[in-house]
Amino acid sequence: MLTVEDVFKIAELAKIEINREEAEKFRKEFESIIDYFNVLDEVGEDVEPTFHVLPLKNIFREDVPKEGLSREEALMNAKHVEDGYFKGPKIVE
Amino acid sequence: MITVSEWRERLESEKCYDLVSELFDRIERSKLNAYITLCKDFALSQAEKYDRGELKGKLSGIPVAVKDCISTKGIRTTCGSKMLENYIPPFDAHVVERLKQEGAIILGKTNMDEFAMGTTTETSYFGVVRNPYDLDRVAGGSSGGSGACLGGKEAVLALGSDTGGSIRCPSSFCGVVGIKPTYGLVSRYGLIPYANSLEQIGPMACCVEDVALLLEVIAGKDERDSTNAGVEFKFDPSKADRKFRVGIVKEMGGNEDVNGRFEEVVEVVKGLGFEVGEVSMPSFKYALAAYYIIATGEASSNLARYDGVRYGFALDKLDTWTKYFSKVRALGFGEEVKRRIMLGTYALSAGYYGKYYLKALRVRTLVRRDFESALKDYDVLIAPTMPSLPFKIGELADPLTMYKMDVNTVPINLAGIPALSLPVGFVKGLPVGLQIMGGHFKENDVLCFALRLEKEFSEVF
Repeated sequence: MLTVEDVFKIAELAKIEINREEAEKFRKEFESIIDYFNVLDEVGEDVEPTFHVLPLKNIFREDVPKEGLSREEALMNAKHVEDGYFKGPKIVE
Repeated sequence: MITVSEWRERLESEKCYDLVSELFDRIERSKLNAYITLCKDFALSQAEKYDRGELKGKLSGIPVAVKDCISTKGIRTTCGSKMLENYIPPFDAHVVERLKQEGAIILGKTNMDEFAMGTTTETSYFGVVRNPYDLDRVAGGSSGGSGACLGGKEAVLALGSDTGGSIRCPSSFCGVVGIKPTYGLVSRYGLIPYANSLEQIGPMACCVEDVALLLEVIAGKDERDSTNAGVEFKFDPSKADRKFRVGIVKEMGGNEDVNGRFEEVVEVVKGLGFEVGEVSMPSFKYALAAYYIIATGEASSNLARYDGVRYGFALDKLDTWTKYFSKVRALGFGEEVKRRIMLGTYALSAGYYGKYYLKALRVRTLVRRDFESALKDYDVLIAPTMPSLPFKIGELADPLTMYKMDVNTVPINLAGIPALSLPVGFVKGLPVGLQIMGGHFKENDVLCFALRLEKEFSEVF
């Protein structure tokens, strides 16, 4: 059973503000989806997990400096910019 | 629909500028809502370049539409989301660089489900895409705009991306050809990520030959994507004349409309003298659940980047970190995106990792093994692409019901193999797609088989 409080907790972890009405709607939907996910209970622990479908190995390249984004390009999509830096929200409350 | 060879034929006697202008007239009058952003000035200047003989390459003078989750330098790239409504990438995706190098004319950015999360393009912040064959129905998703612009003669080639069926579903619903390549064949550099371990960029077009041409252009080595396999692709249509061993996947089905047509297709395939058998994939019982756990888990991590600081939707005033971050995401993301981020957050949270995520990865092994064993006996596998004809807009209101429509397409992404959707005529006036699957990097087999059937079907359906 998933409660409305559980949904608020998940939203907090996901950093998405939701209201009571949304929480109730998500609760109902999550319950049926998670119930569907529980079909995986039938799958045994004896199968190795696949993290990656291709047997890729680490690929190294020459350590040659290349042109990156300019400061102007890096900042062009930010709303809050100060002295050529991103300006973020306060971290310490 | 317009094929590359038809377009080239017209280019012999007409100006590229006039033909591209004609396309834009059509797009601007269209009711399909296939495009989010048009690049009219850029496209027309490229067309003039072609007319002056200055545009060279494999795609010179060919109009291409690009899905809006693929970064285009200087051209707004929204991912179908309010979050990126005004985002202008400072760089091109690898595939866009390749299009430009080969002289393609980029028409614009196509509409899609928000962050590619959907099966109908109804979750787009920019409105639903309509089906070219029935405006009251969906074009499929998430690459709905790319499917609809081809079906509606508003482009000649298109790029889509496919995480769990997002190229094949709209290809099926809009009566066009689309292939999800083998994982690692096409660089994902510049593709705005949803679920990295599952998704690939792929070509969509009006015939098999054109899909193969566009795949040749976009496939290949790119060191900026660490999962790129470094493998080139060259289409060899001479292999289409061989005898194929064809496996029918028992667990991939459809409703009456779809199954009726599929059975007719099987009869045609048998009529070609091919060896046809049935294969069973017991792991598919778990594939859909595993897919949604992995996809939402990766999404919850990928979409953490949208913090309203470096790019994307932002509030006028900064606040404390948690409040600002949570508010930006509440206002910038649509409902389906929030749903998937939260589902993924739940499945990855302490205490549930082993029960959901790790189990889903075990299923991934089972699905891969089922395909490997089936592809020992058969060259290609076939099934209906979608279990249903295109839905009415608004028909699938419940999220889980919508997720279940991906049942035939998601196992392919879990295994990383290539799969193509080929139009096999119409039922009740609506297109039906056949899904053709092959082994890792066996795109040539899949395309050759599709090419052979395409010839056959042009006479049958």
